[in-house]
Amino acid sequence: MRKNSIPGRRTNAYFFLAPAAIILLVVMLVPIFNSMRLSFFEWSLRSMAQKPKFIGLRNYVELFESENFLSSVRVTIIFSLSVVSIELLLGTVFALLLEGDFPGMRIFRTLYVLPIMVAPVVVGIMWRFMYHPTYGKINFFLSKLGIAPVGWLSDPNMALTSVIIADVWQWFPFVFLLVLAGLQGVPKDIMEASRVDGANYMQSLIHIKLPYIASVLALTAILRMIDSFRSLVVIYNMTGGGPGVSTEVLSLHMYKTAFTSQRLGLASAVSVLLLMIILFFAMFLIVRSIRKEGK
Amino acid sequence: MRVQTRKHANLGVKYLFISLATVVILFPIYEMITTSLKLPVDAFAIPPIWFFVPTLVNYKAVFFDANFFRFFTNSVIVAVTSTVASVGLGALGAYPLARWKFGGKKTMIVGVLLLRMIPEAILAVPVFVLFNAYGASVNGRLALILVYTAINLPFNIWVIRTFIMDLPFELEESAIIDGCSDFSVFTKIVLPLIGPGLSVAGIFTFRMAWNEFILSLVLTDRFTRTLPVAVSLFLTDTGTEWGKITAIATIIAVPAFVFTFGAAKSLIMGLTAGAVKG
Repeated sequence: MRKNSIPGRRTNAYFFLAPAAIILLVVMLVPIFNSMRLSFFEWSLRSMAQKPKFIGLRNYVELFESENFLSSVRVTIIFSLSVVSIELLLGTVFALLLEGDFPGMRIFRTLYVLPIMVAPVVVGIMWRFMYHPTYGKINFFLSKLGIAPVGWLSDPNMALTSVIIADVWQWFPFVFLLVLAGLQGVPKDIMEASRVDGANYMQSLIHIKLPYIASVLALTAILRMIDSFRSLVVIYNMTGGGPGVSTEVLSLHMYKTAFTSQRLGLASAVSVLLLMIILFFAMFLIVRSIRKEGK
Repeated sequence: MRVQTRKHANLGVKYLFISLATVVILFPIYEMITTSLKLPVDAFAIPPIWFFVPTLVNYKAVFFDANFFRFFTNSVIVAVTSTVASVGLGALGAYPLARWKFGGKKTMIVGVLLLRMIPEAILAVPVFVLFNAYGASVNGRLALILVYTAINLPFNIWVIRTFIMDLPFELEESAIIDGCSDFSVFTKIVLPLIGPGLSVAGIFTFRMAWNEFILSLVLTDRFTRTLPVAVSLFLTDTGTEWGKITAIATIIAVPAFVFTFGAAKSLIMGLTAGAVKG
């Protein structure tokens, strides 16, 4: 037995945990299970007083035949893979450049936290203003470089890229912080030994540092993957999913199905699918935590 | 000697690179704040006016608007109440999970980890149904407080638990021998020692509750609305009043600035926690 745990069972534990458990049950678990049930029903927001009508798997069939839904799946895949890979690359490069203590390091590290802390609504608004076709600063800077104005949010071929840029701006600092913390775990004596053996920077990077931070990178990738499904708010406020459906990610599609098309049953089916995707990624993290718990 | 100069050159390149990156990172925020301090004519000027006399007209207009004041109050009430509730209940739940043995402990820990992963967006439809269907319409503010308390509980339980596990057990042990009840050991001995853990939990809960948008959008009406929803609707309604919009956005971002510069350590701890330490 571990030294710092009280011997014997404690029934008091249930009293301590009861308030948290009850609130989680009532506000999260029960609604989620109810939503799974609703995904087999036809139910309109306009006539919520009426009982939901059971329709079996028809919501799911409809989704996989719907062009809009499939398009939002495509947009989500492009969006998530792009932001995760760009953020991982940028964050790692930054961490490698900024590792070690040098004067001013603290201040920079603090400043880089700022984007993460800013509300998604505010991020959406800021970038919408920056991207503005006439008085946005980005097109202004481009014109100084002799580049023709870009329809950042109005051009269907450009909008998704613009949204990706905003997400990378907000979240690559997160990867940077995690990788930096991971790099601090690389033993100094091993780095020293490799230098004595005449390894150059690239060699010690590839053979020592990267293997050391591989698990942090994998973990960060999963965390960002799960979080990228949260980007709905930034996108909602930047483009509303448009032009057309060019930036409509899955979570935004779900929101619109529920509150614009007013089909709660169908929207529940989308949220069940979204939940399954997230749980798939979350399993990796949970298995890892349980393993650590066992130690 | 040669090594020395190369080192200096490297450092120079490093600083140049970092400074450029910092400008890029801070520019959108700078742009938001300066726009909120400009007169409309200056805000839309092309070429941009970089040097201007700051004005508070936008902030005055915003603060003298009765609606804005109500939304601001709603935001404060919701964020403060759910932070207190979520951190308090989180600490209470974290204690037995850190210290005692009891049936179902493993299940609960896994449950906490699992619930931590669920994003707000997933909850939008389920929670809307919970509070609006079946004829039982709950006040939007209360609904938000309940939902924000719940969403943050898993993280709070988890992070506070790691802080409790790091405490030496001797103090609690001697209190138990002195005949203290479990609850007074928790409140009198454990709580005062886990201040840093409570502040990490508090900052992250407040940040979420203050910033949250999508659940507030579906759960509140024009009386119970919070600031993020208010500014978003303002954006779609007017679309051109950038001075006022950026002023509200800046007000929403104030806690983010305060936390970043006032509690950077707690922030970095909270952000890197799960990933690096486990």
